[in-house]
Amino acid sequence: MAEIVPMPKLGFDMTEGTLVRKAKQAGEAVAKGEILADIETDKATIEVEAYVGGVVTAWLVTEGQPVPIGTPMVVIAAPGETVDLTALGVSAGGVAKPSAPVPQATVSEATEATPAPSPTAPAPNAPASPIARKMAAEAGANLGLIPGTGPGGRITKKDVEAYLKATPAKPAAPVASVSVPSPVQREAAPRSAVDDTVVPLTKLRQIIARRMTESTTTTPQFYVTSEIDMGAAMDLRKQINALLPESGKVSVNDLIVKATGLALRQFPNLNATFAGDKVIHQGQVNVGVAVSVPGGLLTVVVKDSDQKALPHIAVEVKAMAGRARAGKVLASDIEGSTFSTSNLGMFDVANFIAIINPPEAAILATGAVREVAVIKNGAIIPAMRMSVTCSADHRVTDGAEVAQFLQAVKKNLEEPLRLML
Amino acid sequence: MAITTMAKAIAQAMAEEMERDSRIVVWGEEVAAAGGTYGATQGLQEKFGPTRVLDTPISEGVIVGAAVGAAMNGLRPIAEIMGINFAFLAMDQIINHAAKVRSMFGGQFECPIVIRTTSGGGRQLGATHSQTVEHLFAHFPGLLVVAPSTPGDAKGLLKAAIRSDDPVMFVEHATMYSDKGEAPEDVNYVLPIGKSDVKRSGKDVTIVTYSKMVSISLRAAQQLSAEGIECEIIDLRWLRPLDLEPVYESFKKTNRAVIVEEGYATYGLSAEIATRIYAECFDYLDAPIERVSQKEVPLPYSGPLEKYALPKVEDVIAGVKRVL
Repeated sequence: MAEIVPMPKLGFDMTEGTLVRKAKQAGEAVAKGEILADIETDKATIEVEAYVGGVVTAWLVTEGQPVPIGTPMVVIAAPGETVDLTALGVSAGGVAKPSAPVPQATVSEATEATPAPSPTAPAPNAPASPIARKMAAEAGANLGLIPGTGPGGRITKKDVEAYLKATPAKPAAPVASVSVPSPVQREAAPRSAVDDTVVPLTKLRQIIARRMTESTTTTPQFYVTSEIDMGAAMDLRKQINALLPESGKVSVNDLIVKATGLALRQFPNLNATFAGDKVIHQGQVNVGVAVSVPGGLLTVVVKDSDQKALPHIAVEVKAMAGRARAGKVLASDIEGSTFSTSNLGMFDVANFIAIINPPEAAILATGAVREVAVIKNGAIIPAMRMSVTCSADHRVTDGAEVAQFLQAVKKNLEEPLRLML
Repeated sequence: MAITTMAKAIAQAMAEEMERDSRIVVWGEEVAAAGGTYGATQGLQEKFGPTRVLDTPISEGVIVGAAVGAAMNGLRPIAEIMGINFAFLAMDQIINHAAKVRSMFGGQFECPIVIRTTSGGGRQLGATHSQTVEHLFAHFPGLLVVAPSTPGDAKGLLKAAIRSDDPVMFVEHATMYSDKGEAPEDVNYVLPIGKSDVKRSGKDVTIVTYSKMVSISLRAAQQLSAEGIECEIIDLRWLRPLDLEPVYESFKKTNRAVIVEEGYATYGLSAEIATRIYAECFDYLDAPIERVSQKEVPLPYSGPLEKYALPKVEDVIAGVKRVL
């Protein structure tokens, strides 16, 4: 019996995915558990395994074209089985060519990385109300890209409106002329085209742009800064690392993750999400760690940061950051963060302010541990200091609570045996 | 404008028209000396005398049959049938005679009669005396059917019915005679035939209804408004000729519709209206059209059960939420 494998849901807030690589071509055999495809989500590219074995009969989606989760993606049949796609209610994709050739714009950078979706061809099996179809057709939007929220996933007027609001208007499908300028060209034309380089946004950059704009425009954020004496923590780290193998050394950031995790357990209101008429205190303390990757950043997540031992955290973060930088991050690496941290200490940054990672309630930005002169008991002495700034959602919390939270973080780091308990 | 009751507005409309046109006569059971079962013919006999306002035997066939014959001979009778449930006894006179006279006699005769009757449940009168069946009469070409939702509309629509040269079923709701509302005192206040009326503006859902269900829908709309849902309510007024232009116009804006009728949905008014909306506004649909109607049982005598079976404010609210 042929199996229709849908676009998988690879993360809690994933609504669509893009097939970026077919690991098995049509006609090839695939075993259960073998890599079937690479799927790009909002956050990363993830290898997806086949959950049934058989022969790949037909790919139903086009590479590079995002489709809603649940969209039929590929058909896997038993060896020798004859499959009638029409009877299955699907149609083969990925081979259809637009009837008119897509013109190559004169500025090659201006063309989109993904093929332009055909505005007249809705995704197979995407139920949509007639008004939604009409509006999408008039706007030149591909229904296949619009997530449906109506009964049975039906795309309704509201969904199209939301989609059109979130997606800048695209020119209608090019007919035959190459003179239709893309929006980028129009903007670039009057300026000195000789010196400018147009850099199209990568998928990751688009996501960051959208989420950070959402955060700063919808969240009243305020900032509280504190300074932490890191002397004892640095000494302890040295002692621990002397006992650990090279591959498992604990970083300053690991200390911060642990100290933050413990403090969040005491301050559930900062390990939280604002939800309109209520605040949800997350049951788990999962501290996210921002990792710089080519073209952007990803937040890898240490689940149960408050409960894991430091060496455990160290190994986990190292593995996840490695995968993130290599573009091989797992869905589980980047899911479920309840509070984020961002550390620019390695760049000798004294302090900075981070933007809250929605839907979290706060984020902690840490600078470098610097050797500075401090006055203690009337004498100038050398000390190790680190500046931390917490950005918090004022709908959820207030300055006093954040200050007390920072005191707890500070205490955990200044009396670092607490991190070992 | 003066505030009056539905019963008084109806009596007023007849009195004004009888004053204007001496061919208008009124007859039915207890309409003369008693002034009507619901008081809607109060004072007419005193004013216009026993030759123009007269009681009939308890025979619906006679009441309508005599009206048809009188109309063919030049009078303009207003025949009252106490309840629409009894109109079944006059079905032959209404459907085979009144509705057919103009076309079957090639225009040589007209049948300018008004059959005033009451419809609707809600008074614990049992299954045979509580039916909402005016749409059955709207099935037949040649017969006009109108059912007002306010005293003001009742006055303007009854005057339009009386002035019509075609037979009109004028269907009053049995529980609305003491409803109060404004009614213009102008003797020339006549509402157009075959025009529906927007009773409330809104952008989210179109409610199509008539008669008593207009007030039920208005109450539902008020509650929904508190939740941020704005309903547009269209009062059909006339079941035939049916004017759905304002409905289409509204639907193209809201893309969602709920049809509220007091009668049964099966083979009912809502089926007709929904079909027409689907045909006319197909590209504007955002959700299947919903129907709110009476439970499909002979209406129970028991008060709580009767209440349960008839469409209520909560049913309309639930219907609206189903399309959102």
